[in-house]
Amino acid sequence: MSDERYEMVVGLEVHVQLKTKSKAFCGCSADFGAPPNANTCPVCLALPGALPVLNEKAVELASRAAVALGCTLHPVSVFARKNYFYPDLPKGYQISQFDQPLATNGKLEIETADGKKQIGITRVHMEEDAGKSLHDRYPGETAIDLNRSGVPLIEIVSEPDMRSSAEAGAYLRSLRQILLYLRVSDVSMEEGSLRVDANISARLKGQKELGTKTEVKNMNSFSGVERALDFEFARQCALLDRGEKISQQTLLWDAAKGEARVSRTKEGSHDYRYFPEPDLLPLVLDKNWINEIKASIPELPADRKKRFAEEYRISSEEIEQLTSATDLSDYFESAARESGDPKAAANWVMGEVQAALNISGVSLDQLRVRPADLAQLIKLIRDGLVSHAAGKKIFARMLETGKPAAQVAHDESLLKVGDDSALTGWIDEVIREHPDEAGRYLAGEKKLQGVLVGFVMKKSGGKADPKRVNQLLMSRAGGG
Amino acid sequence: MSITNFGSLSAVALSARVGSGDLVPADTVAASFDTADAVSAGRDGLNLILWSNRELALRDASSLAEGMAKAGKGGLLAGVPLAVKDNIATLGLPTTCASKILAGYVSPYEATAIIRLREEGAIVVAKTNMDEFAMGSSTENSAYGPAHNPHDVRRVTGGSSGGSAAAVAAGIVPIALGSETGGSVRQPAAFCGIVGVKPTYGRVSRHGLVAFASSLDQIGTMARNVDDAALTMEIMSGLDPFDSTSSSAPVGGYRDQYMSLATNPAPLEGMKIGVPAEYFPENLDPGIRQLCLRSVDALKSLGAKVIDVKMPQTPLAIPVYYIVAPAEASSNLARFDGVRYGFRSEEASTLSELYSITRSEGFGPEVTRRILLGTYVLSAGYYDAYYKKAQAVRALITRDFGAVFGDGVDALFTPTTPTTAFPIGGITDPYEMYLSDIFTVTANLAGVPAMSLPIGRVGGLPVGGQIIAPHFGEAAMFRVAYALESALGQEAHQ
Repeated sequence: MSDERYEMVVGLEVHVQLKTKSKAFCGCSADFGAPPNANTCPVCLALPGALPVLNEKAVELASRAAVALGCTLHPVSVFARKNYFYPDLPKGYQISQFDQPLATNGKLEIETADGKKQIGITRVHMEEDAGKSLHDRYPGETAIDLNRSGVPLIEIVSEPDMRSSAEAGAYLRSLRQILLYLRVSDVSMEEGSLRVDANISARLKGQKELGTKTEVKNMNSFSGVERALDFEFARQCALLDRGEKISQQTLLWDAAKGEARVSRTKEGSHDYRYFPEPDLLPLVLDKNWINEIKASIPELPADRKKRFAEEYRISSEEIEQLTSATDLSDYFESAARESGDPKAAANWVMGEVQAALNISGVSLDQLRVRPADLAQLIKLIRDGLVSHAAGKKIFARMLETGKPAAQVAHDESLLKVGDDSALTGWIDEVIREHPDEAGRYLAGEKKLQGVLVGFVMKKSGGKADPKRVNQLLMSRAGGG
Repeated sequence: MSITNFGSLSAVALSARVGSGDLVPADTVAASFDTADAVSAGRDGLNLILWSNRELALRDASSLAEGMAKAGKGGLLAGVPLAVKDNIATLGLPTTCASKILAGYVSPYEATAIIRLREEGAIVVAKTNMDEFAMGSSTENSAYGPAHNPHDVRRVTGGSSGGSAAAVAAGIVPIALGSETGGSVRQPAAFCGIVGVKPTYGRVSRHGLVAFASSLDQIGTMARNVDDAALTMEIMSGLDPFDSTSSSAPVGGYRDQYMSLATNPAPLEGMKIGVPAEYFPENLDPGIRQLCLRSVDALKSLGAKVIDVKMPQTPLAIPVYYIVAPAEASSNLARFDGVRYGFRSEEASTLSELYSITRSEGFGPEVTRRILLGTYVLSAGYYDAYYKKAQAVRALITRDFGAVFGDGVDALFTPTTPTTAFPIGGITDPYEMYLSDIFTVTANLAGVPAMSLPIGRVGGLPVGGQIIAPHFGEAAMFRVAYALESALGQEAHQ
């Protein structure tokens, strides 16, 4: 494969919808899924005479993202108009930022096959979303839904620092995780709250200058981005091999066909005629405000992973899983701290808790078993008051009823039975029902003790205290 | 009840009579419509009024009367008929900017300025003719034909707020709203012999004013006397959460200040008024020069110290204005695309045609010219040479004002226009037309308040004198204007 002579160079432009209640420049709801054009007003419909007014919450969320990505947050940034005609762009321009963006010069660390790598962040700027053109709603006509018109976005532009589709994937996953931790966006590619445009070029390995780049758009998943990059890289390499030139163009990824096609719109020929937005004053961020934003940044994934490894002595796979989302890792951490048993907490959270979330489809904060409840259950098991098997039953009942572990164990009679008279009764029954195994055991075949304990446990419905059963069996066998 | 001398009554006098119960709002509305009919203000006459609806205005009058009865009092503009330039959003009547592209458009919301005036009892009786999208200096660039000056129907009203200026001059309304981007209130006020005020940029909310050039646009007032203009301005001014460029600087006290000096024989004592040589070029109409000198003498006799000042960047104002304003306009007018409201051409069969044919048919020639000009100066490769440089020169013009006002000058006095109202169709060269705003665009570029008031006549046609004040110096501006108006008396109209 000739591809091995070439190196892939990738830079990504990521648009992220900010999780604000209202739109960037008017009071309309920014919610997803309302009936078409329900969330509109004179401002986002671009009626004559309407003016934009900046949503401060959007500035706050954008600033948090910029700071978390290591960017310099500029005390003064300027909104600019990006002028172009499109039916779902009602003003005929998009309010964005151009030569004086909100923040510049950050970085993001990713894990690669060769270890950690820094990817430069060129800039983070604020802008507004356009509406949506619906081509399939009325035959032969285009309908326009302006609910999304004016929803706040940030655009995060990376340096061309990625050298493979896997690095691009790692960058996107890491970025997504950071934004989730910050709670600034839902970052869902399916719902369009995170969108990726990839700039890609190929060059001979060892070559310094960048090759001519193309832009690939329309991917709807991270793996789609990786596949699109591999596809486009192969296409560019083949062209270069034949001595042909790469032309600067935009391609649209078709996930179903697994190929990228040249877009019919002539993106490169656009002259957006940017100029400072005269309807908005320059965005001035107060020094104290910037400091508050910096102080509000929560522990980010990289730091949390490092700390979990130090504090909880759990495996790196467990750490990866537990830190995938901030709410999950918060949940784990509370349960670990309250129970004093991080290993057990990790097992429960990755096992039963995850399973419960998957089955019920509820979000973690709606789960009826709170971390403190789980910690109590873990303690009951550790203290030998309930068996592990009974613990799972208790957990299931806690999910249904929301009652504390101890109460469920009591109500369902799932506390271990350590009382000799009950245990002796079960042992007698087991010996009667399994004369062969019992006979051999009593004759000295010690390895069968575990089998018999298992029978007793089963008979007791998991309630028997296995330690005491072992002792009683051994005394029957004349050991001790 | 019919109102004697309705056409010469002030807004202050009318609202006092309505407030006292001597008149009801329906009387003033009827008088306004009757006057409009009498002077033939409609399409087939002076062509000052594009949209009006007597029934609607009378309904507003009766709900105002009910409100007053409940409250036991009227507002500061109780029952005062108000004419509004057709680029300011009003409920009930269309808002078309005198353009075909907004034919039939009725705004679902109202401009902040209108809401504030209505709260004080004003009643909107008419939307007035104007240059399409406020682009012009004569109200000839209207999709509905030119407006005629009541002082001489063969002459222009000035523009772009010509319909509003002439409606006030013709006695149809005591006050009207216009808008300024580059002299569009003051120039027609001068041509029609009335008072026209352009406030400090940011003083009056632009919410509901259809944007032409956002960094220059301001709503202004037109009235037959200084006091009505000041009163209207006090009501409209102030911070508006719907306009980020509106200012939180304290409002008002304009009337209190000059009223407190009303009995003072030297009400301008202690004030320094600058007269910039650049506003008195050699080719200035000698009659206008003469009237300005008479006003300067009056200012001196009122106690002001009058000094010569220099505003060296003044000649650059027109070129700078015709880069900055079209640039912003090319973007502001992009929303008129035939997609959501207004005119859409039936000829279009593709998306690109929907834009190009709709806009070619919908916009008149001057608007088209400025969109093309503005698109050009913002284009890649030209931005630095034109737009960026123009903004730099604009800063120099602003510095001229900063320098004289920083030197202790309280206000400037100049002629408003270099000529009196010219004949309809008399100016065909666009650049010659642009020069009729040569003394007014400077205040828009610098953002300072300025006003025109009648200072006499030349050849039977009104002449305006201009007072320019520092940013948010409206109180000083009105103080000078009120004193000068009183001193000139009937001479202002002779």
